[in-house]
Amino acid sequence: MWEYTDKVKEHFLNPRNVGEVENPDGVAEVGSIACGDALKLSFKLDENKRIKEAKFKTFGCASAIASSSALTEMIKGMTIEEAKKVSNQDIAAFLGGLPQEKMHCSVMGKEALEKAIENYQGAPAKEPGAMVVCECFGVTDREIERVVRENNLTTVEEVTNYTKAGGGCGNCHDAIRQIIEKVRAEARPAVRPKLTTIQKIRMIEEALEREIRPSLKHDGGDIELIDVVGNRVLVATRGACAVCKASDVTLKHFVEAKLRDLVSPDLTIEEVVP
Amino acid sequence: MKTVYLDNNATTQVAPEVLEAMLPYFHDLYGNPSSMHSFGGQVAKKVREAREQVAALIGADPDEIIFTSCGTESDNAAIRSALATHPDKRHIVTSRVEHPAIRSLCANLAGQGYRVTELPVDKSGLSDMEQFEKSLTPETAVVSLMWANNETGVIFPVGKAAELAHERGISFHTDAVQSTGKIPIDMKKSAIDMLSISGHKLHAPKGIGVLYVRRGTKFSPLLIGGHQEKGRRGGTENTPCIIGLGKACELAARNMETENTTVKRLRDRLETALLKSIPQSRVNGDLLQRLPNTTNISFEYVEGEAILLLMNEYEICASSGSACTSGSLQPSHVLRAMGVPFTMAHGSIRFSLSIYNTEEEIDFVIEKMPPIIERLRGMSPYWTSVAQACVSA
Repeated sequence: MWEYTDKVKEHFLNPRNVGEVENPDGVAEVGSIACGDALKLSFKLDENKRIKEAKFKTFGCASAIASSSALTEMIKGMTIEEAKKVSNQDIAAFLGGLPQEKMHCSVMGKEALEKAIENYQGAPAKEPGAMVVCECFGVTDREIERVVRENNLTTVEEVTNYTKAGGGCGNCHDAIRQIIEKVRAEARPAVRPKLTTIQKIRMIEEALEREIRPSLKHDGGDIELIDVVGNRVLVATRGACAVCKASDVTLKHFVEAKLRDLVSPDLTIEEVVP
Repeated sequence: MKTVYLDNNATTQVAPEVLEAMLPYFHDLYGNPSSMHSFGGQVAKKVREAREQVAALIGADPDEIIFTSCGTESDNAAIRSALATHPDKRHIVTSRVEHPAIRSLCANLAGQGYRVTELPVDKSGLSDMEQFEKSLTPETAVVSLMWANNETGVIFPVGKAAELAHERGISFHTDAVQSTGKIPIDMKKSAIDMLSISGHKLHAPKGIGVLYVRRGTKFSPLLIGGHQEKGRRGGTENTPCIIGLGKACELAARNMETENTTVKRLRDRLETALLKSIPQSRVNGDLLQRLPNTTNISFEYVEGEAILLLMNEYEICASSGSACTSGSLQPSHVLRAMGVPFTMAHGSIRFSLSIYNTEEEIDFVIEKMPPIIERLRGMSPYWTSVAQACVSA
């Protein structure tokens, strides 16, 4: 059985905004019955060009339904520009996280939103030059590139969890591996955009949760983010780390190195004693 | 509210009589059956009795019974033994709908250079015997075909298949994990060489299995160690579970008629009622050649995991062949092999009953299922278009 958060369960059992908006400004349908999940999203704007109404119809598992419900709640009140910035991670975060194998549900939400906005703006529905990589689930190179970039993915298995690509016959695994390498090669020298403190905190929390805590917890330790002041990351150690003599080394060589790699190269880590 | 457990092909409740029979052998009578003292000897006597009870259920001789740790171990031991004792033959025949215990093993062996033929099945889940016969070659070392399918309950003509294999001097193994205790099995009247049983599917505990090996069959052990099981499976005997399995087999023989009358009637009632009250639903698998306790029903345009989680709200337990529950991203390999369309495969639910289910429980499920399906269809983008098409037609 999947370990869903209470919020996922709650949105699955009591989904918000089920249905179709009448005379919508934007509408899109993504996924297919063969793939096992599909989402039809429609929205309507008010006189101030903010999303007044958003509705969904979803065929799929509990997390697909919960992700759709979350998405419609999140975008209500947003301008189109704001809605464009909603990422699949935001959808997952709204639900308190999704199991790794179910991240593709949040990606489906993001795709539906993007296509519905394109539909509203009259942009071409098909990305030019996109090539289908995974024949089983009809996933293009562009889609894979994007999830790899936005979610910092490093393995074929992760790409499968986020897009389903590679989850069928497995013939495209090499092609996916090449895309991962390409995106990661691009990412290294690129100048990172300047982050706001809120963005930094969010990215640090996510890096801690995904990349750092599992290793620390393995040794009975834990870490908590106390504050971020400029580029100073203030943390407190917990559990085995709090009494471990080597925790300074761990913080500098493991945690700081990870955060510099994943969030910003200017970060320094400091331990605060509560 | 009480749990309504309709997932007995996944695992079963340990029968109270079985538990009672086992308990003394954990703490009081913990002796090793191989010991020279009578403290161990009394346990050896009970293990011997258990072996007789298992043998009696399937019409075998006690010395044809090897206790293992599970069905998967039995399957591995059987196939690997057949290959080891026929080193000049490098071909395996199996089906597309086998349990992962056989399927993954064969895939693994294919990676080691063995040639594997997976027989297709038709839309009712049955294999064509003519095609089966054609797949047998002088190169074939072993055939492994399941007796009954775990997802659909469809029963294979393994007796006939074993005869065809035997005529050509080919070993025949069957995974009888689902059929043992539910339908009569008589090894005296069969050409099957090896047969796998799992304890926890017939009200014995998890962690105990059996491999039947016909007397005279060449055998090469998987686990090499002490002289237990006449050197055919090393390792100190799991005495409480062996004794429990013996008791479970004795009970299964006694309850076989109930399985095929009471349990079957409840299954049929559930199936008929759901098909009648829920439009666009259908049974997967042959209706006649089928275990008495299993029904696999597809509800079109909804997804299985979502159905199961809504059933879970009422503490109704079942399984699904949908992608989201299969651990992969594609629906069950069994339903795909049968050519069940995607609209149906993702919404398949397997109900598997036992002698412990009651009329009240079945009534409860019959009452709760239609609104669950309706609720999910209300959210499904496909159902809207189907419903509209029906109205305009």
